Amino acid sequence: MNALEPVKTAIRMEHITKRFGSVVANHDINFVLKKGEILSLLGENGSGKTTLMNMLSGIYYADEGQIYVNDQPVAITSPKDAYDLGIGMIHQHFKLVDVFTAVENIVLGLKDEGRLDLKKARQRIVEICERYGFEIDLDRKIYEMSVSQKQTVEIVKVLYRGAEILILDEPTAVLTPQETDKLFAVMRNMKADGKSLIIITHKLHEVLEVSDRVAVLRKGEYIGDVQTKDASQQSLTDMMVGHAVALNIARPTPVNVAPRLVVEHLTVYDDLGVKRLNDVSFTANAGEILGIAGIAGSGQRELLEAISGLYPISEGSIRFHDPKASENAPPKELVGMDPMAIRKCGVSMAFVPEDRLGMGLVGSMGMTGNMMLRSWRKGKGAFLNRKAPEELANRIWKELDVVTPSTSFPVRRMSGGNVQKVLVGREIAQDPAVLMTAYAVRGLDINTSYTIYNLLTEEKMKGVAVVYVGEDLDVLLELCDRILVLCGGQVSGIVDGRTADKRQVGALMTRVEGDSRHE
Amino acid sequence: MFDLVSFIPRAVMQGIPLLYGSTGEILTEKSGNLNLGIPGVMYVGGICGVIGAFFYEQAVPPESMNAVLAIGIPMLCSLAGSLLMGLLYSVLTITLRANQNVTGLALTTFGVGIGNFFGGSLIKLTGSEVPSIALSATSAYFSKGLPFAADLGWFGQVFLSYGFLAYLAILIAIVSSYVLKRTRVGLHLRAVGESPATADAAGINVTRYKYMATCIGSMVAGLGGLYYVMDYACGVWSNNAFGDRGWLAIALVIFTIWRPNISILASILFGGFYILYLYIPSGLNLSVKELYKMIPYVVTLVVLIIVSMRKKREDQPPANLGLPYFREER
Repeated sequence: MNALEPVKTAIRMEHITKRFGSVVANHDINFVLKKGEILSLLGENGSGKTTLMNMLSGIYYADEGQIYVNDQPVAITSPKDAYDLGIGMIHQHFKLVDVFTAVENIVLGLKDEGRLDLKKARQRIVEICERYGFEIDLDRKIYEMSVSQKQTVEIVKVLYRGAEILILDEPTAVLTPQETDKLFAVMRNMKADGKSLIIITHKLHEVLEVSDRVAVLRKGEYIGDVQTKDASQQSLTDMMVGHAVALNIARPTPVNVAPRLVVEHLTVYDDLGVKRLNDVSFTANAGEILGIAGIAGSGQRELLEAISGLYPISEGSIRFHDPKASENAPPKELVGMDPMAIRKCGVSMAFVPEDRLGMGLVGSMGMTGNMMLRSWRKGKGAFLNRKAPEELANRIWKELDVVTPSTSFPVRRMSGGNVQKVLVGREIAQDPAVLMTAYAVRGLDINTSYTIYNLLTEEKMKGVAVVYVGEDLDVLLELCDRILVLCGGQVSGIVDGRTADKRQVGALMTRVEGDSRHE
Repeated sequence: MFDLVSFIPRAVMQGIPLLYGSTGEILTEKSGNLNLGIPGVMYVGGICGVIGAFFYEQAVPPESMNAVLAIGIPMLCSLAGSLLMGLLYSVLTITLRANQNVTGLALTTFGVGIGNFFGGSLIKLTGSEVPSIALSATSAYFSKGLPFAADLGWFGQVFLSYGFLAYLAILIAIVSSYVLKRTRVGLHLRAVGESPATADAAGINVTRYKYMATCIGSMVAGLGGLYYVMDYACGVWSNNAFGDRGWLAIALVIFTIWRPNISILASILFGGFYILYLYIPSGLNLSVKELYKMIPYVVTLVVLIIVSMRKKREDQPPANLGLPYFREER
């Protein structure tokens, strides 16, 4: 036991850079995982955590830089290479065959000698389970299992292949608190057995509970690391969100502010009976941009869908003050109306999910065809009115600088930024009273993002109530007049976009007590 | 009275081509490839066997024919023909990622066209009066039953009276079932059909499994065409006589919930339905006979409706059936 001997590293990544087109996902990252430690990789959405880890598991290959495993330089070009090096990654989306049993999934792909001997395999699996304390029914089919059981199968699968280094990508996102405790116990057992673990998460209390060391990424860059015992929720939040960056987004003072959409005590459950929104109340004002901040999956999607009538509402009310109605007319209740009727009131939604084409656009149609998705009811009789959508498509093409050879070019083959321009442009052209956008600038370069910000601001000045669900706190703070922060389906605060600072919003996102200021 | 002892052998002989076809299609579908070209593949398997047998019969006088060559040449020709069809389908759908349904249907049209073209050419070559070729010498080798079958009464007639290709079909079906269920290759193949991305991540070569399963499946199906001409039709080839057996074979795949061992009985059952009209007294009224001829199709429709209502996950088609696999597209 020579004290001078340096701690050997399980993984060392040097000067790693990874780009997707013009977007830099990881920039010049130096990262170390020591043997026998649990390291938390912390960062906001889109900070490049998963990309970095995917380079270790062989899904992506770094554009620049060198990876060392056990101090040996390696090239990881496929998931198999990663397995051979003893690196196993448990993805958020499980890679399991649904109709196979746990055992069959665990042995899948292994080229052991001789015939398929599930009995022998089972013995080894049982040994692994006993050693680390997994509870698992090996003969159960995957489709009969709960999410946490599936996760257990994934972890056992990785261990069965002899992994010494385990990477868990947001493993607790889908678990109940009890299941999380169990997982952490297992992780500590694995650590005691000499394995090295990386856990990707953005839940600070979990970071503090389970890890030895925390490494923080922000916007694709490595910010630094800190021993968990020296860290607090506050210090980690500061590292994660960083200092304010001046973006210089034009933010004119709102004029003629009036309530447009009043949401009160909104509660929704998903099909599994999990509460997705809990007693959410807020007002979206005409002539204002209301930002919605929160960690991914805090209920943003459910909120927008509930307002547009796409998500079943179990409690609460959404009242809409129609600008076209007379002064004293009572507001309209949107709960219980069908999506088409809500849309007719002028409540418009441009949702940009991970898969941009999934909601809102038809990939194989051109711009004109996609414009018609909103206007097909306007034609006479059985015939479509093609002229108006064609004109609209041409207008969006020109005004928003959409790069496409023609308005009939399939939108699927445009670049992401252009697709988003088409989507947002179309929604704005409907002349909405309420415009809701989610992740409108996801994956876009700076210039296109600014185009979209300006569009939203223009709409605001026209007296539209704009709801902007965003990921980047800097943008939210510079673009929005007020910011509503969601955390776990609840409103953890509504702050003024002009006076709030990043720390305050970051704290609300992760539920650290800050001086939250209700309006 | 219904004559079971003569009905069963005929039902079996009707069922064997269906069994080859469905076993081949099951192997293919387990890899996630929906090969609707099976009718064409079986047709090509048949005509290629005919071509081989035709030239061998032309080259050698009947009395000096060698049993091994008389069986081996048509069989190799048939296997080679259906392998080429399987390869064509694989290249188009796996490597070039063409739409599987369109490719399959095109392959069926193509296969039938090829068969009829060569069939017609051979008929021209023989210069015969009737639009068919008779290869009775070769057929005699293929349809030879066990010599002692005739001595065993009804038992011999029901179980032992068939040509060797019938027993081979049952053997292939049993082996296929075993391989799919019990071996590592089978496990990997099923994984490829269920979730190629999972299989790929587990280090299984998805492309190779898809190619192998599709080509082997085609070869098995092609043997069905060969059996039909050489044994069932007594070596007589006439264009379009093969009929819709290929489609019935594909329907059988769903009926048997992707299990070759169940297909053994199911094929014979369908074979029975196919000829039932001959055994049901219908008098001289021909239109009634035509109604009875519809039985297999009506049963297929009913069965498709019933099996579509199944809820059990194991009885569903492979989850990725009909979809191409792209590693980059996640």
